[in-house]
Amino acid sequence: MNQANSTVGTKRLERCFTALQAQNRPALVSYLTAGDPDAETSQRLLDGLPEAGVDIIELGMPFSDPMADGPAIQKAALRALEGGQTQAKTLEMVRRFREENATTPIVLMGYYNPIFCYGVERFLTDAAKAGVDGLIVVDLPPEHDDELCQPATRHGIDFIRLATPTTDAKRLPTVLANASGFIYYVSVAGVTGAGAATPESIERAVADLKRHTQLPIGVGFGIRTPQQAATIGRFSDAVVVGSALVDCIEQASTADEAVARVHGLVRELSASVRSCREEEAVS
Amino acid sequence: MPDILSIFIPACLRYFEGIEIVPIAFEVVMNKPLNLSTSLPDGNGMFGSFGGRFVAETLMPLINELRDEYAAAKNDPEFQRQLTYFQNDYVGRPSPLYFAERLTEHFGGAKIYLKREELNHTGAHKINNCIGQVLLARQMGKKRIIAETGAGMHGVATATVAARFGLKCVIYMGTTDIERQQPNVFRMKLLGAEVVPVTSGTGTLKDAMNEALRDWVTNIDDTFYIIGTVAGPHPYPAMVRDFQAVIGHETRRQMQEKEGRLPDSLVACIGGGSNAMGLFHPFLADESVQMIGVEAGGKGVQSGLHAASLNGGTPGVLHGNRTYLLQNEDGQIVDAHSVSAGLDYPGIGPEHAWLHEQGRVEYVSATDDEALDAFQICCQQEGIIPALETAHALAEVAKRAPKLPREHLMVVNLSGRGDKDMMSVAHYLGDKFQ
Repeated sequence: MNQANSTVGTKRLERCFTALQAQNRPALVSYLTAGDPDAETSQRLLDGLPEAGVDIIELGMPFSDPMADGPAIQKAALRALEGGQTQAKTLEMVRRFREENATTPIVLMGYYNPIFCYGVERFLTDAAKAGVDGLIVVDLPPEHDDELCQPATRHGIDFIRLATPTTDAKRLPTVLANASGFIYYVSVAGVTGAGAATPESIERAVADLKRHTQLPIGVGFGIRTPQQAATIGRFSDAVVVGSALVDCIEQASTADEAVARVHGLVRELSASVRSCREEEAVS
Repeated sequence: MPDILSIFIPACLRYFEGIEIVPIAFEVVMNKPLNLSTSLPDGNGMFGSFGGRFVAETLMPLINELRDEYAAAKNDPEFQRQLTYFQNDYVGRPSPLYFAERLTEHFGGAKIYLKREELNHTGAHKINNCIGQVLLARQMGKKRIIAETGAGMHGVATATVAARFGLKCVIYMGTTDIERQQPNVFRMKLLGAEVVPVTSGTGTLKDAMNEALRDWVTNIDDTFYIIGTVAGPHPYPAMVRDFQAVIGHETRRQMQEKEGRLPDSLVACIGGGSNAMGLFHPFLADESVQMIGVEAGGKGVQSGLHAASLNGGTPGVLHGNRTYLLQNEDGQIVDAHSVSAGLDYPGIGPEHAWLHEQGRVEYVSATDDEALDAFQICCQQEGIIPALETAHALAEVAKRAPKLPREHLMVVNLSGRGDKDMMSVAHYLGDKFQ
């Protein structure tokens, strides 16, 4: 694997998935909101994720009106904003992370307005320079690809598209058209942190997606425990855990406790996804 | 009124962007003003750079289905027949265009007409839109209706049509608004709706809309979201506009009958902007008709405590559309402030944003104090208790009418009645007079 420390991380996601495929295991993707619970703790949380076993990092850009998020991530965004988090500070976090880590892909996740107000070109230039590999922007469907998706691709930043239980066969080609990096399958129609769909229905959906795209398929929404992660990881290329990690921050009474709890849960999740297909091979 | 060419020529140029402009188009434009807005939004729901469909993927198939259903309904005689039937026999349309003789005398200038939308069933213009959307919901086989509400007028209108059509109804309302609009909360409950208090954010209209969107994305199969204003993702801004345009169409006809000509100016208050759009839209092509939208100035636009998105905001993306928003430089939405719960929203319908940039409509603001003064004048001069929202439009009339000649015909959209505001007005006046 080429570990060259390119500042433009065009291929970090692709390299990551290729390496994991060789190991026959899914990627563990973690979600945390940048600046939650405060700037310093958030940087510590971020910096320690790869060692704790995260393969791909999703870093939330806090927004005042997170319409697609459940209570856990809503509160995380509020904590971050009350602590003075901004788009510039989030990019600075990534830049500092990249001083020590040149391989773990970072995907920024959030809503369009903070990017639009920062200025799309300026944001993409700064994000590429900081070492951002991909973007997930919840409220930008393919109908608005000219806003951010296409410019991002020009800057070498992957635009990760969401597919959902409501994305039918007729619509799927539209959703996949300009997608890159991986496809994020939102396993339940609902907000983040909501209840999970049955593994059987998710497996069918992932199989359907695989018939239409060569891109890796990640699954998220409603995955909280190492056991759930293992179940989903048997048939998906990546497993995303968000609200459960964010809850660890809320439940902690000190910064040290937050870091210990988050990295502790990541270690459990990581062990679980690393072995999930071995069990399958044995049985 | 600004020079008409300075409005229409840039407007038309922008309108024809992407289409090759041949010199003859200019001639057509100059002789026959383009109907600025009837052919907008475009296929992607855009009014120029505003509008759009900025929603989560989960909602996209649903929104596209709604767009198709609505497009079919517009040309379906049976749907239109039902709509007219309910507008007439259930809502009580047409609403009168009333010559406000005493208000005219009081201000001593323009001849003031009130478009009496407060006489509609449920006491505001909101039901015009709810009747239209509930008929669509029924046609689409939806069993559950959700809505957001600020002042509670849209919530009441939604609960009313849900009751009429036997549909389950859930209304999201901020806790701040629940407190200041108690009578409407009780009305919704009487009508069989479940009122869900929203505590997130400041507990006002924007937070209620966030929560309604979260409900919708979770219950897509059986739920229809009746958005109450000309905002949200396409097709809502156009659809709500069309259902509210009955206000302007009637006004046009009624003014012709009473005065034999078109009005000279139209005045309406603006939160999201549905009553204003309903009145303005049928007149957009009439260059002689001046239009004034009145935003909620709260404690004054300079104070930062207001709800005037056009006068004090910048373009951004929220709740499915790009429009003017109250936000900080980092794109975080800031809270709106207004004595009127119905105007307490940090955004505005995208078509208003477009009309603002075109210069076709003049957008001004009225402060809480100005609205309260106008509120009392209307009570005392006309025996009509207006909604606090509507009082903002009347505040602009108070500034403008005295300076205009007697032959100037001014129409004010009396968008709602003020029964719901008794508590807040009493509190406000009591505090002041103690």
